[in-house]
Amino acid sequence: MNENYNISSSPHIRDKVTSSNIMLMVVIALLPATIFGVYNFGVSALINVVLTTGTAVLAEYVYEKLMKKPVTIKDFSAVVTGLLLALNLPPTLPYWMGPLGAVFAIVVVKQLFGGLGQNFMNPALAARCFLLISFTGRMTYFVYDGVTGATPLAELKAGNAVNTMDMLIGNIRGTIGETSVIAIMIGAIFLLLMGIIDLRIPGTYLLTFVIFITIFGGHGFDPQYITAHLCGGGIMLGAWFMATDYVTSPITKTGQIVYGICLGVLTGLFRLFGGSAEGVSYAIIFSNLLVPLIERITLPKPFGKGGEK
Amino acid sequence: MGLLTFKGGIHPNDGKSLAKEQAIVSVLPKGDLVYPLSQHIGAPSNPVVEVGDKVLKGQMIAEAGGFVSAPVHASVSGTVKALEPHFNSTGSKVPCLVIENDGEYKETEYVPVKPLDEMTKEEVLNVIGNAGIVGMGGAGFPTRVKLSPKEPEKIEYIIANCAECEPYITADYRRMLEDTDKLVSGMKVVLSLFDNAKGIFGVEDNKKDCIAKLEEAIKEEPRMSVKVLQTKYPQGAERQLIYATTKRAINSTMLPADAGCVVDNVETLIGIHTAVVEGKPLMERVVTVSGDAVENPGNFKVLIGTNQQELIDAAGGFKTTPQKVISGGPMMGFSMFTLDTPITKTSSSILGFIEDEVAKAQTSACINCGRCVEVCPSRIIPSRLADYAERHDEETFVKQNGLECVECGSCSYVCPAKRPLKQSIGSMRKIALANKKKKA
Repeated sequence: MNENYNISSSPHIRDKVTSSNIMLMVVIALLPATIFGVYNFGVSALINVVLTTGTAVLAEYVYEKLMKKPVTIKDFSAVVTGLLLALNLPPTLPYWMGPLGAVFAIVVVKQLFGGLGQNFMNPALAARCFLLISFTGRMTYFVYDGVTGATPLAELKAGNAVNTMDMLIGNIRGTIGETSVIAIMIGAIFLLLMGIIDLRIPGTYLLTFVIFITIFGGHGFDPQYITAHLCGGGIMLGAWFMATDYVTSPITKTGQIVYGICLGVLTGLFRLFGGSAEGVSYAIIFSNLLVPLIERITLPKPFGKGGEK
Repeated sequence: MGLLTFKGGIHPNDGKSLAKEQAIVSVLPKGDLVYPLSQHIGAPSNPVVEVGDKVLKGQMIAEAGGFVSAPVHASVSGTVKALEPHFNSTGSKVPCLVIENDGEYKETEYVPVKPLDEMTKEEVLNVIGNAGIVGMGGAGFPTRVKLSPKEPEKIEYIIANCAECEPYITADYRRMLEDTDKLVSGMKVVLSLFDNAKGIFGVEDNKKDCIAKLEEAIKEEPRMSVKVLQTKYPQGAERQLIYATTKRAINSTMLPADAGCVVDNVETLIGIHTAVVEGKPLMERVVTVSGDAVENPGNFKVLIGTNQQELIDAAGGFKTTPQKVISGGPMMGFSMFTLDTPITKTSSSILGFIEDEVAKAQTSACINCGRCVEVCPSRIIPSRLADYAERHDEETFVKQNGLECVECGSCSYVCPAKRPLKQSIGSMRKIALANKKKKA
């Protein structure tokens, strides 16, 4: 009768879902876009993906070892960051550039701010913007089938006709993982079904964006134009995989809707009135910075509030 | 129309199939009976017997120590052996009266009962108070006090908490099936105290047979109804139950009476029936013994004061030594390091688990996924509040509504980073509440 059973604070049961499970699901959801990218752009895309992702994990390991912190590479979060960065790179990038971005993402954006959960900006996107500013030429150099040229989104901005069917399938110029809307949607639907993400952020983001370009795009409600905008550039990859990043999006439900609206407006602003045809990355990292403010104004009303004495 | 419910909550594996089909079995104590003087919220009771005294079953051995308090009665006949500290289920050593059972169960002479319609409200309340009835769902709030709100004419609903949303526990379920009439009778007694009130039985929809039985039993009772609730934890939490059945929302600064409601659980209403209709004080209750470590899970009617180990023995003992033993449900119960503690008025179950899920879980950094926000029935932000608590930032904690937490544990349950959210918030809440009291 003198057994010493375990003591702990309630509850005494836990759900099976863990942070690493969630990250692993995101990696799985990114595979269709990755595989399509490799199929579409060939071996240089594969090498970029492997090197960038591998460097992200290695950077996390080395940093944590040097700083004598617990090594957290098993939580798959560095894999997600590295892979997302790789999918945001042109397939023709020199092989040292992706890894440089990965080191920047992991060490500067993530670890220097305290590691997992503490970064205020999406590390993959921050690294993409870092590379974009540092190596603008290489980062905006797109080749498809051996022909160099503008992305369909840039063509659209210049007022030229684009083939939306190609944009849906993905056999167009662009970064490794952003071109195929179908491949991205397979992953997104998987995440929705698994309950990893919900429609609040991507839904309000895309809806706001559509409304914005309908009003300011100069084409009115033109389904062809809107579809081209939705299928072009990084908006699908951004809306489903990067705007939904837990760490850098609001935790409150109303906040997520406000955040989605910000994203839609900013993406529209950058795309229609900015210097470049693309604006998703900047819209997302800019909105990341607004998250603390959004959360402050959207603190939920607790149950039974209004009835105090 | 959808089922009645609240926003938030979780759906853990309910484990109820282990003991659900087991009819209630009465178990007599073998060893000494131990009665903590404080089995309720409020002032501890004061002993009215001396060591060496002979006592009869049903005799009061400790009287209420104040208005918010409750007396304790002997559940066996025998000799008072000691007044000494013993461990209770929460792991504290508390003063207890110990009675050596003479095995004869000779009962004291009870005050004769009067028919309910001949009793004044004051008389009914006194009988309930003198019988030592407290909230037997776990909180242990003295029922007499609960049934004496400032303006009884403003009470519109008496809600019987028949949700039993804690996993594994099936004691109320069996009571509803086997003692339906006593439950309805208890409700009738409470309704006699409140002229403007209707009686509601709030039952989760996983207990279809109880719903049918109750509906049959209240056919002739115009003031009572059964409301079917969605099966979800914490459906039986007082505020959530009130909301689900009446759409009235109360917060931490209000009492159910402020929303015109009084909530009593199944076992308490049966206790009220026993006290008022049968004239006997609170001496026994039904306890579920379950969990994967228990040989023959079941539901047992036991005398209060019985050693918990005896109940495990009654259920065939453990298959293997469990890592964890819990008094109450897995969501809000207390883990016990020893079974050498007595069954009290608030013990609803004893659970034994071969594996301790909490010890296995590795805590990692918060990834801001928002699952805790999604499930929180109080609609606060558990992950942030736990941060403030861990930093001892009491001011922000209070400002961001940390005091609204009902400590249901849903946040800790869903957290993928396995953070002990409820534990951090709960500790800070205690400090903040104490400081608030000091200031007032």
